[in-house]
Amino acid sequence: MIKFKMNRYVTHKRLKGFLMHLVLVSVAVTCIFPLVWMFSSSLKTQDTVFSDMSIFVNNPKWGNYCEAWTKGRFGTYFFNSILYTTSVVAGVVFFASLAAFAFARLNFPGKNLLFYMFLITMMIPIPGSFIALYVLLSKLNLINTRLGYILPQINAGLALAIYLLKTFFEEIPKDLEDSAKIDGCGKFGVYWHIAMPLAKPAIAVIVVFNAMAVWNEYLLAMLILSSKSLMPLQRGLMVFQGAHITRYPLLMAGITITVIPIVIVYLLMQRHIITGITAGAVKG
Amino acid sequence: MSRGVIGNNGMRVKDVLQNYVFLLPALILFATFYIYPVYKVFELSLFEYDGISPHKYFVGMGNFADVMCNKIWWTSMWNAAYITILALVFQNALALVLALIVDKDLKGGKFYRVVFYLPPVLSGIVIGLIWNWIYDGNYGLLNHWLSTLGLGNLARSWLADPKTAITCVAIIHMWRGFGWGFIILLAGLQNIPRELYEAARMDGASGLDIFRRVTVPLMIPVFILVAVLTVLGTMQIYDLIVSTTGGGPGYHTEVPITRILAAMIGSSRFGYACALGLVFGVVLLVASMSQLRLSRHLKQT
Repeated sequence: MIKFKMNRYVTHKRLKGFLMHLVLVSVAVTCIFPLVWMFSSSLKTQDTVFSDMSIFVNNPKWGNYCEAWTKGRFGTYFFNSILYTTSVVAGVVFFASLAAFAFARLNFPGKNLLFYMFLITMMIPIPGSFIALYVLLSKLNLINTRLGYILPQINAGLALAIYLLKTFFEEIPKDLEDSAKIDGCGKFGVYWHIAMPLAKPAIAVIVVFNAMAVWNEYLLAMLILSSKSLMPLQRGLMVFQGAHITRYPLLMAGITITVIPIVIVYLLMQRHIITGITAGAVKG
Repeated sequence: MSRGVIGNNGMRVKDVLQNYVFLLPALILFATFYIYPVYKVFELSLFEYDGISPHKYFVGMGNFADVMCNKIWWTSMWNAAYITILALVFQNALALVLALIVDKDLKGGKFYRVVFYLPPVLSGIVIGLIWNWIYDGNYGLLNHWLSTLGLGNLARSWLADPKTAITCVAIIHMWRGFGWGFIILLAGLQNIPRELYEAARMDGASGLDIFRRVTVPLMIPVFILVAVLTVLGTMQIYDLIVSTTGGGPGYHTEVPITRILAAMIGSSRFGYACALGLVFGVVLLVASMSQLRLSRHLKQT
């Protein structure tokens, strides 16, 4: 009797485990399938793309990528995206770490007030502020310039980065700072030689998060940039789609070009992303 | 002593100035690209202004009066709310179920974490352009599968049909977002000490009991957090709309951000667009505040 019950318990447990895996696997398939579909469609020809429903393409047409890169201007867009992403990320890391170092290790009047001012901006949504930003940029003659697209995005990344880095900098032991000073380090020396290397984990999180945000940004690019030579990939994709609505294989090649860098960065650094989401969420 | 406090007067002036230098770049950016625009939104909302001409005309609360009686605006608000409600219920339920399964130390937890967070890594533009094709009326995969299953009569142009457009957009949005909820919920679940489960099991509690009496109470702060962020994220949906329906058919998938942009770029009414933005901001603030209230209430009981 007991044995029978045990057996039933075991089969019940196995069934449950099997069902759980089934749920996970099917959800995982829906996550991956659209990307696989995108990639295989990018290798089909204009004639076969709507009739050929296969995933593994016979005679893959790699030429689609060349055409998208040159004629579809995805090469230009790609270069711009790389430029914007690296400049914004560098700006955020540099300016936020300087400010966070001041908040964590230096003294000056109004310190707490200023710090909370930065924090509050993360919490209050002002959905219309892009209108005023546009007005400001046109006054500064920064509409349709690279700088006008980069600077507001550096600002957008500052608050969370300052918050993350400040907690890191606060944990640096006082002794370390003192001994660096005895060795002749000034404040900037302590920041650069002691604080920054120790904050590497936080910097990694900031880099990944801002890189993803800038790479995927669309609204500002749409508002600010009107020359094709300045557009990043997301904006370029919409322009391409508007002009060549039926050229699906080329569009899919363009999307693949857009997606590959960010997916690679994600796969390489996904550990930091998970840390970042949890930290950012707990914060927000 | 280059650092530290000397007497009551605080620090040496030069020292303090040096310290401010560290803050300077961040402060300048912040003042220019945050404080000034926020102030400007409030100011402009009281004016009729086309964004180009040097003149603007004071209209007082006129723009806000226009907001209140603009039916399309409130339709767009309702559309976003509809997607938000679907996301709150279905996206978060799916995220929770998946997180509960993976939390059970199932093999491959790491793999699923990486895969489920793949859609949130992609942009709304990319996701929309791919899904367009799935929903397409002539060549779409969905119609193709339906006719293979013998359900060809259900086939339609999913994103162009007023009856289905908004729900189809909501499905894409939830597909994109559940992995993010999954990560946060899983992190919350893994913070619960395993001894609590052990103790409950010793007392003879069933799986459902443990979930109701141990997991749920401890997870309430995380649930509320996910709910607040879902509301804020979904109400401000924009990229996905642009790349799929563009707000159509008719006004069936218009959302607040597309309306603000239409007022700004389409009608060149910058002041009115600012008023729309402020009303929208207040709605978001009230929505998140009431959820936080709810969480305090739930904690007390």
